[in-house]
Amino acid sequence: MAAAPPLLEAKDVNVVYEPARGVRIWSVRDVSLSLAPGEFVGLVGESGCGKSTLGFALTRMLRAPARMPSGEIVFDGQDIASLDGEPLRRQRRGGFALVLQSGMNALNPVRTVGRHIGDILKAHATDGEKWSRSAIRERGAELLGKVRLEPDVLDRYPHELSGGMRQRVSIALALALEPRLVVFDEPTTALDVIVQQAVMKTIKDLQREEGFTAILISHDLGVVLEATDRVMVMYGGEIVEDQPSSALLTGPHHPYTEALLGCYADPRADEIELGGIPGTPPDLSLPAGGCPFTARCPEAIEICGTVDPELTPLGRGVAACHVRAGTGTAASVPGTAAAVPHQATADTTEENRHAR
Amino acid sequence: MHADRTSSSPLVVENLTKVYRGRRGASVTAVDDVSFTLEPGGATGLVGASGSGKSTLARLVTGAERPTSGSIRFGDTAVTGLRARGLRAYHRRVQMVFQDPYGALNPLHTVAYTISRPMQNLRGMSAREASRQVHDLLETVGLMPSSQYAEKLPHQLSGGQRQRVVIARALACDPDLIVADEPVSMLDVSLRAGVLTLLKRLRGERGLSLLYITHDLLSARVVTDDILVLNQGRVVESGNTRQVLQHPTDDYTRQLLDAVATPTAAAA
Repeated sequence: MAAAPPLLEAKDVNVVYEPARGVRIWSVRDVSLSLAPGEFVGLVGESGCGKSTLGFALTRMLRAPARMPSGEIVFDGQDIASLDGEPLRRQRRGGFALVLQSGMNALNPVRTVGRHIGDILKAHATDGEKWSRSAIRERGAELLGKVRLEPDVLDRYPHELSGGMRQRVSIALALALEPRLVVFDEPTTALDVIVQQAVMKTIKDLQREEGFTAILISHDLGVVLEATDRVMVMYGGEIVEDQPSSALLTGPHHPYTEALLGCYADPRADEIELGGIPGTPPDLSLPAGGCPFTARCPEAIEICGTVDPELTPLGRGVAACHVRAGTGTAASVPGTAAAVPHQATADTTEENRHAR
Repeated sequence: MHADRTSSSPLVVENLTKVYRGRRGASVTAVDDVSFTLEPGGATGLVGASGSGKSTLARLVTGAERPTSGSIRFGDTAVTGLRARGLRAYHRRVQMVFQDPYGALNPLHTVAYTISRPMQNLRGMSAREASRQVHDLLETVGLMPSSQYAEKLPHQLSGGQRQRVVIARALACDPDLIVADEPVSMLDVSLRAGVLTLLKRLRGERGLSLLYITHDLLSARVVTDDILVLNQGRVVESGNTRQVLQHPTDDYTRQLLDAVATPTAAAA
């Protein structure tokens, strides 16, 4: 398969939060990923798994106390991880954009939508480029049209718009500089189901029409599976599974992915069994020292608690699991009894987590 | 404690209407001629999208707002006519669980303080008696061992744990009816099942009635016996939850069902 060179390639990205006082949180841990041009990829995981932090890192939006101590991010052949200031800003035009979680807080309440758009166009204008009022209105109307909003929205303030409309405005703002990569960070989480469905449809259509590469960050596997070509599952700061969406739905490899799928059911079914995932995610102020899911994993064996599994090819994708990859089978034979302490941690982590 | 409870009182809502009048004569009919009965120990779901009037209905039922017309009766109590003292007695019997567990708890108060206040204020317990009960309640809502949680502040707890504290506070005055307004919508999908199971269990153990408000049809299916589908303040469909979801007769209900992004539906 002579695939086109990736639009974005990240290698061993690490992100830490280092507040002046308090604990250091190691939020993203040795994450590597690659995005083909035009691909629509989902990034799924629970609150605090590092998915938004990774999205911020990939678009170079991290601010103190977050820091990227190591890792490489190559966008269209250029290393953007080492860029800063003006050179980084120049890359944003035609480069990469981020759509923030809640449109309500992402917009300035004392500025009209038109001024928001004008600000971006002017701030990123190339040398000698001038944006007149009429040019801004023309471009603004065009951008709003893309997200299925009428031009008169240009003169509205954020409080005059509904949640769904505000989220559409946020998307229009992200598209203002014609990015080739758009990261959507929980774009529909604050919206009700019907509005969510409409906004997701617009995102999907836009991605197809405009041809940009997209990452959809969400805790909702249902929404992600409906929209994307491929899903990356994140847990404890690591990517634990990466598969085409259709394959992931029918054949999840990682026990965590399987557990996430178990949290859904069709409300129309005759019998409903709704699963949850007992326990809490790992404390990211501590080093991994094994598979991050061990404490909550029903299948954990001895090696899981000590060796962090690598992503290995499984089916049509990759997954990081000793049990599923078969790397742990040999170790599990002599250490059957050792599996018990790992199970026991499932009950204690929740209590210990906040005890400090 | 529950043996002699008077929870044999149904909640009867009749022809309830709430109109909000704005300036310049503009008005919004948030709730439009809604009637339903919630039997003791039953669970009714109010489902609908944003702006369908479901939260307004919850505010009317808890006495936080007064209806424009219509009536709400809870057993012998005419809720719509209640004032200060009557409302206070009513709140001993009807409690609310809010949507946002991050906003519903005072960040400066410990879990134990938050849960013990309703017992002292509404049930007249002494501080010592209340603090003893705090531990029982924490165990009831699955925060075990309770000593690990009693002295915590909200920011030291996860979203799911906070929502359990909010539920424990609602249980603190030993109510007959709990009105839960989107109690799991702010929680991770992986944590929802735990809170829903807790609500179901409490119904069974305490004979609580539950008015469950949501736009999430799956959680309504798990928790409720009956549902009312609301659209722009009107009931467009109602009946047994499973029946309504399996055989919706109203277009709006179908639209709500289609909008649910379940991985299983994506497979079909």
